[in-house]
Amino acid sequence: MDCEATKSQCCCGEETDQQKYDKIAEIIDQYKNREGSLIQVLHMAQTVYGYLPMELLKFIAKRMDIPLSEVSGVSTFYPVFSMQPRGKHTIKVCMGTACYVRGGKKLVDRLENMLGIQVGETSEDRKYSLEVVRCLGACGLAPAMMIDETIYKQVNPDKLNSILAKY
Amino acid sequence: MINLSINNKLVSVPEGSTILEAAKHNKIDIPNLCNLDGVHKFGSCRLCVVEVEGDKNLQASCMVQVRDGMVVHTNTDKVRKVRKNLFELMLSNHRQDCLKCQRSLSCELQNMGKRLGVTEARYTGQTSGGIVDISPAISRDMAKCILCRRCITACNDIQKVGILNAQNSGFKTVVGTALDLPINTVNCTFCGQCVAVCPVGALKETDAIQNVWGAISDKCKRVVVQIDPAVRVAIGEEFGYEPGTQVTGQLIAGLREIGFDVVFDTNFAADLTVIEASSEFLTRMKYSLEDMEARLPLMSSCSPAWIKYVEHTYPEKLDHLSTCKSPHTMLGALAKSYYAEKLKVEPKNMAVVSIMPCTAKKFEISRPEMTNNGLPNVDAVLTTREIARMMQEAGVDLRKVGKSQFDQPFELSSGAAELFGLSGGVMEATLRTVHEMVTGRELAIDKLQAAPLEECDQVKDVELRFDNPLEAYQYMAGITIKVAVASGLRGAEFLMDQITKQESPYSFIEVMGCPGGCISGGGQPRPATSETLQKRLQAIYQEDEVKLFRKAHQNEGVTKLYKEFLKEPNGQKAQDLLHTQYTKRGKFNEYLCD
Repeated sequence: MDCEATKSQCCCGEETDQQKYDKIAEIIDQYKNREGSLIQVLHMAQTVYGYLPMELLKFIAKRMDIPLSEVSGVSTFYPVFSMQPRGKHTIKVCMGTACYVRGGKKLVDRLENMLGIQVGETSEDRKYSLEVVRCLGACGLAPAMMIDETIYKQVNPDKLNSILAKY
Repeated sequence: MINLSINNKLVSVPEGSTILEAAKHNKIDIPNLCNLDGVHKFGSCRLCVVEVEGDKNLQASCMVQVRDGMVVHTNTDKVRKVRKNLFELMLSNHRQDCLKCQRSLSCELQNMGKRLGVTEARYTGQTSGGIVDISPAISRDMAKCILCRRCITACNDIQKVGILNAQNSGFKTVVGTALDLPINTVNCTFCGQCVAVCPVGALKETDAIQNVWGAISDKCKRVVVQIDPAVRVAIGEEFGYEPGTQVTGQLIAGLREIGFDVVFDTNFAADLTVIEASSEFLTRMKYSLEDMEARLPLMSSCSPAWIKYVEHTYPEKLDHLSTCKSPHTMLGALAKSYYAEKLKVEPKNMAVVSIMPCTAKKFEISRPEMTNNGLPNVDAVLTTREIARMMQEAGVDLRKVGKSQFDQPFELSSGAAELFGLSGGVMEATLRTVHEMVTGRELAIDKLQAAPLEECDQVKDVELRFDNPLEAYQYMAGITIKVAVASGLRGAEFLMDQITKQESPYSFIEVMGCPGGCISGGGQPRPATSETLQKRLQAIYQEDEVKLFRKAHQNEGVTKLYKEFLKEPNGQKAQDLLHTQYTKRGKFNEYLCD
């Protein structure tokens, strides 16, 4: 990394907003003339920025010359896109058939209670985002859940405290 | 040509036709709620399903193209049953307050239920609700939306503005703006083309009827009403007349009947606009030819949707716009000055009501620029549909009301003014006057046969040469000007991009916010099929031809107005009352926040 870039970084070592927007601008310019590339751009922008706030959607709409309502339409259509800040960790509780019958719903209820949020939201301290998914492909381990890339098997609500304590 | 069978009838239709088009062409009616002829994109209502032999599932006939040897059945037990079922599902998520809905008896959903023979609604349960969003011009009640998406096609594909799109997914899907922002806070032009195609009561003009009744019942108010040219060829449709029936006399009589004190002709102000705009255009031409600073092309300013579009989309180009107010606001300003003085009435004791084919004009009158001496030029705008409703409410039937005439001093108008109601009309009206001002000779009417451009079907252009000008206009000698007309905002974008790239070959540009001009405005009777629009258009042309005089500068009332009051075109008084300025907005209204 050259000196200029280092200087414009903030002290915590994370990229500044400006750097993130520059990166997203580069991505857009690469994709903008390809038909149907909006989803791709939104994906990459979310990876860079963490989520898709209104200002970023406007930035994308303007630079890609697409109506803002279309950009927001696509962002709100796919659950993978989030317009709210994401937590540091993402908890995905499986609600596939096997996990559901073995108590997946109870896990969701307990987590909502513990974190004080609903599914799809992020805790106030921005530590956790809570999602439900349909089948993690771990039906033999039901009920299962994932935190980031780690799978937890045969979870019961009382185990949740100790699991979250690891993060 | 493709040969196929529909309901055991052998038919032959052009390749690329859909089954729905093939059926329609052969007078077989397939029900549908979401189809828009010529621009149909989403097959969302599915009511047009038909059976195609050999296909396992029913097909949406609006989406499937015909194939040779295809055997189609549009009226089988299965088809009828599925259509009813689809209709009931649609109904299950529609707020059914039909008895008090404005669209009652003109609602396409309501008619469809009858057409399909639906007599029960078996599905009830949770509904997805929906926001109510009221702007100065357009109101949205999304609990009535059936997600047909015609408005999305109108906003995105016809107008290329794109403030409406489907948001969210599944049960939560709504048609709306980005993040459901109120339309008053986004770059909506208020053209109302979405309202014009809405089959139900979800999109409508924001009601001004109650305010107008209030003014009429106020004994202290002198209530002045004026009528736009496009209204008089369309309002008859609401009273059972054939489309394109000119009912000006009946309309004036009806307005008196429901209590308006004075009825003026907006066309008088259209003639005035021509004089003011011609003078403005020639001044800019002179400056430009003498290498002084002048913004060309000059852009017309009669269409408020177009004005708001420029303010949002090309905020750096506002100085190309003519500073002329639109004709009805000019007339409002004159009613509360010249006419009020004549009558010795306090302007604050007057109310000016405009009857317009337009939803955007409801927003226009709320602009702070459209005031003089602290009073709005126009107090209320009623759409064609609204004035019809008021008359019905009052028990006034245009067919029985007789005929009446406009009141002095704003009663006279030229044939040119009639043309303001359609695309190309402002241009033609202005050039008739400009040519005669410059050369002293009448412009041959056939001189202005504008042809659509290959690059953009919403744009036409034509050239006009000025030979042997009068002494005062020597700078125009031998000059050929190129002028363009855009019918709809997609065409406007084409012309504006040329200006942005400094490649515009034009000296004068007319833009109408709605495709076809005011005859297809967002406030006109629904549905406005292409046949209906054609009849309205012909009615306007006929009216131009039968007028006593056909050029704006022949209007003696206007001449008298200059002599007694305004003194000269573009003079100080005219600037104060008849001209305006514009507001930089930006696509996200970013300039307004500064």
